[in-house]
Amino acid sequence: MSEPITEGTTTVPDIDLPGDAFDALLAAVSTVSGDEPSEGPAIDFEGLRVESRGETTVVEVDGERFEAGSERELHEVAADNAAFVTNWHFFERVAGEGTPRRAFVRWLEAAEERSVGERYAALATGVVREWGQLRVTATVTDRGERRYDVRHLEDAGVPIDELDRHEDPRDARDIVTFDPDGRYRPLKTAPSLRGGWVFSALDHREMYEVVETVYPATVANWHREREGRLDVDHWRETMGRQSGIYGVVQTWDRGEGHEHVNWVAEACCADSQCLKRREWEYDDETDLDVDGGDGVFPCREPCSLVVSAARKWTRLEGETERTYEFELTPSEKEQLEALIDAVADGRTEEIREADLRDPANRYRARFLRAKRLDADGNLCGVPTDDE
Amino acid sequence: MQSLVILAHGSHLNPDSSAPTYAHADTIRASEAFDEVRTGFWKEEPHLREVLRTVEGDEIYVVPLFISEGYFTEEVIPRELRLAGWDVAEWDSDGISADQATLVAEDIGREVHYCGPVGTHRAMSDVIVRRAESVTDDPDVGEGFGLAVVGHGTERNENSAKAIEYHADRIRERGRFDEVRTLYMDEEPEVDDLPEHFESEDVVLVPLFIADGYHTQEDIPEDVGLCEDYRDGYDVPTAVDGTRIWYAGAVGTEPLMADVILERAADAGADLNDALATVRETTRVATGD
Ligand code: SF4
Repeated sequence: MSEPITEGTTTVPDIDLPGDAFDALLAAVSTVSGDEPSEGPAIDFEGLRVESRGETTVVEVDGERFEAGSERELHEVAADNAAFVTNWHFFERVAGEGTPRRAFVRWLEAAEERSVGERYAALATGVVREWGQLRVTATVTDRGERRYDVRHLEDAGVPIDELDRHEDPRDARDIVTFDPDGRYRPLKTAPSLRGGWVFSALDHREMYEVVETVYPATVANWHREREGRLDVDHWRETMGRQSGIYGVVQTWDRGEGHEHVNWVAEACCADSQCLKRREWEYDDETDLDVDGGDGVFPCREPCSLVVSAARKWTRLEGETERTYEFELTPSEKEQLEALIDAVADGRTEEIREADLRDPANRYRARFLRAKRLDADGNLCGVPTDDE
Repeated sequence: MQSLVILAHGSHLNPDSSAPTYAHADTIRASEAFDEVRTGFWKEEPHLREVLRTVEGDEIYVVPLFISEGYFTEEVIPRELRLAGWDVAEWDSDGISADQATLVAEDIGREVHYCGPVGTHRAMSDVIVRRAESVTDDPDVGEGFGLAVVGHGTERNENSAKAIEYHADRIRERGRFDEVRTLYMDEEPEVDDLPEHFESEDVVLVPLFIADGYHTQEDIPEDVGLCEDYRDGYDVPTAVDGTRIWYAGAVGTEPLMADVILERAADAGADLNDALATVRETTRVATGD
């Protein structure tokens, strides 16, 4: 999803200027006025400009100009324009500079594309972004503070009371460890995140910790990519770096093309298996023929799961092909193909027990085994190796 | 801003592998010694390759949650973190004395303090003792007890045995346990023959592993004879050939491990205030009074 969704339509909400935001503004003004007068404005941020000229503080909000001769007057102006002041305070004082975290919270509310007024109007009811299988809703309180709600995409619209409510971001660790069937998840970006929970009313750091726990380092890599400095390590470099028991994967690249890597990417990196958008290719000059996917966050090098799998395939693919002869009916041949599909697509669990039309049905598979596998498990009694 | 990065092996198959890493990270977070505490893994995420880019601080202490100096601490981690100019000589170690090296991690273009592994730090001896206290539920355990410190053996890495001997020697010198012996999984003296190596009726068996997994949950209990099949489970203690064996499971799951991580960072120059004392206190075995 490239565009954030705004829930409902509304106008800029009334914001009660909180004390810490005003104190920060005062501090910013007094720091500058104490210095050389040529320093320029104390604040110049997204439509808010504050400059101290001797006894007077000149405040410009969206081009409209106010002059404040005292702290009380300044407070009045700030309170009348609390959206702008809290917006400055949040990004420049709370979220801090230069980090992926800041870029992420700005992206969440489309800060680069929307004016402060538009944003606060949208935040009043909630701005929604998707991040993998996460749905993050940003809102603003009547004191101008950002609050976030994080839940599973599939729980969009579910009333909060019907979900398991969490406040501590570290609870996310348990959520990501097992899939809905209770199996351990070795790859955090696999689309197997379970739902049924919500983190609500988080501040931006807590929200960021939840995202970082569910999809580690994805924000950092996304941020680098947006800044045009994502460091992609292609297949060849990554395999070339391996050592120890993984050193063997280097021998899989035999200078005979990259078809094997296409298969790896198709097997492991498709969107149905991993939500990262694969940016790595065979090498600097050779792209893979498989699509990298549509994920919002990039994958910059083959992950440890892929390296481990590649080690296994290096061994298996070292075998030479040979010709076997099997006698099968056409339906049996198709059934074998359907069985491979069912396992590869993780569909075996959902095939109903009595659905005998499905070739990957358990009874159909058992019948085939009874008929075609001998006591040693050899297909059609054909031994794997010569006797 | 001071950051701690704890690095561990992790697993594609077993959630228990990273569980202690998270637990110790949480203990250290609660001590507020660092502005941020991050974890990175070889087999989980964030990967060693990418963990540093999740760090915001500028004083970065990297502590490997590994038992011994060797392949991971000397080759894999420096390579994956892209520590510029890394040379194992930086640690100037005899196999158990690595302290720290300050190098630029090219991934982030900032300096990090790369510390020696927790397993060879002297404070690790205390964790082994604490583990014995935990499993016997006795903060004064020692008299009438033997202590078996168990490791892999030299298999791929001779330093692994060095670390085990080092801690066993230190604990023996304290005279707290009647006997302290080292046993191995794949070499003599073997853990399989534990009762032959001890005179004490009660022996606490502490495996020097970072996390519970195949070795500590399946191999050792079966090899020692605590059970026929690990799936059947076993009691603590279990009598084997007349010796009551108190099997402690991986030492790395002991909460006091957080203290060793902090010690490593402190040795490398981290400013911890009273965090060390706090962690030692919060991870203690209750005295029962
Ligand atoms: S290598 Fe493939 S499977 Fe692994 S994280 Fe990247 S895209 Fe996902």
